[in-house]
Amino acid sequence: MLRHIVFFVLLFKKACCAMQGPKVNAKFELKPPPYPLNALEPVMSQQTLEFHWGKHHKTYVENLKKQVVGTELDGKTLEEIIVTSYNKGDILPPFNNAAQVWNHDFFWECMKPGGGGEPSGELLELIERDFGSFEKFLAEFKAAAATQFGSGWAWLAYRASKFDAENAENPPSPDEDNKLVVIKSPNAVNPLVWGCYYPLLTIDVWEHAYYLDFQNRRPDYISVFMDKLVSWDAVSSRLEEAKALITST
Amino acid sequence: MAARALFSSKTLARVVRNDAAKPLGVGVAAAAAMHSRGLHVYTLPDLDYDYGALEPAISGEIMQLHHQKHHQTYITNYNKALEQLDAAVAKADSSTVVKLQNAIKFNGGGHINHSIFWKNLAPVREGGGEPPKGSLGWAIDTHFGSFDALIQKVNAEGAALQGSGWVWLGLDKELKRLVVETTANQDPLVTKGPNLVPLLGVDVWEHAYYLQYKNVRPDYLKNIWKVINWKYASEVYEKESS
Repeated sequence: MLRHIVFFVLLFKKACCAMQGPKVNAKFELKPPPYPLNALEPVMSQQTLEFHWGKHHKTYVENLKKQVVGTELDGKTLEEIIVTSYNKGDILPPFNNAAQVWNHDFFWECMKPGGGGEPSGELLELIERDFGSFEKFLAEFKAAAATQFGSGWAWLAYRASKFDAENAENPPSPDEDNKLVVIKSPNAVNPLVWGCYYPLLTIDVWEHAYYLDFQNRRPDYISVFMDKLVSWDAVSSRLEEAKALITST
Repeated sequence: MAARALFSSKTLARVVRNDAAKPLGVGVAAAAAMHSRGLHVYTLPDLDYDYGALEPAISGEIMQLHHQKHHQTYITNYNKALEQLDAAVAKADSSTVVKLQNAIKFNGGGHINHSIFWKNLAPVREGGGEPPKGSLGWAIDTHFGSFDALIQKVNAEGAALQGSGWVWLGLDKELKRLVVETTANQDPLVTKGPNLVPLLGVDVWEHAYYLQYKNVRPDYLKNIWKVINWKYASEVYEKESS
């Protein structure tokens, strides 16, 4: 658990800069995407971001504040609330809002204007090592996103050696560890709850993420996200942070 | 998108089926092959009203996409899964048979649920929104206190449902009582109990309301009652409770 927390502090150091000082609920603020709301046009419309960030994400933040104030979760970090309230799958009320705040913060940083293309450096090497080729990774990631039944998320994550995965229902076997994996998760669930994953990239496949721009055509949204929006810089720097943490502990 | 279709749903459904059959080519052959083995091929049911007939409660654009695209995709994938199931059963490939269950539940459920949903709706001029009379009306008063109390319960459960799913008014045939239940994704009501019969299902997937109501699901839930076809729910109730 301690390892988790150290990792999250590293991973979110940028977000945490503004949050120094006593732990109060004020830290759950609606964090804007690292670009203007019209910056992803025409692929992802300003209208989509106005609703997705300005309404959906905002509502998760507001509801989380209300749910946490005056409870034993008051003063805990977002990541601690997620792991605690996941409660081994028997989720407690704050989980959905806490996880959705985290997921959306993470998702906005997965995109950038003029994104897409191919990763480079060590990230590309690991993708080729663990999926065979970038194309094979792409196919697997797209399939995961397209086949997530109902609302949810698809992820590229680094699965580290098994450690204190107290929330995991089915801990992975050791020979499956220390590699990149594609996984999907329903509704608000994210890989943090399973203990041994370091999320690197995600795509939101709730219908609200794409319905105004693509309606029922989820596969088109997924394709264009990978072709034109994904920020491989962000994914690479998360891999660096994950590695630094894994080797330092 | 700008050109809102005002064709009858019947015409459009026919167009969709033809369009789907042509580029595939193999579609017809596959259907024939399935037929020869006695496998039923599901097709998109027609609506009893035009796409625009539920306005302003539900826009014609939503209805058209919902019926022509979403429901059609569930049917297409359900047929595909059943065909694969048939082949797997023939080969005694148990692992594939088991693996297919998720796709069958999701796509078969999507077909079942939407088929009921279309029947649950009716334009105002055809009685949409008129509260139930007769035995269902009495049963609602008995089990929920009042018709308004039922609506509030359905709206509250529908608003609280995480992600995608359905809210149901069902009849428990065994206990002879009405229940309000929610199901996740496209799980049909019967997954909540083998004796449950759906009288009314409200789709709370975002695709059911997003183009019109955006993130405000409670407004969609508030307005859908204006076009609920209680006549259909009453008929099912009377048939199933006798």
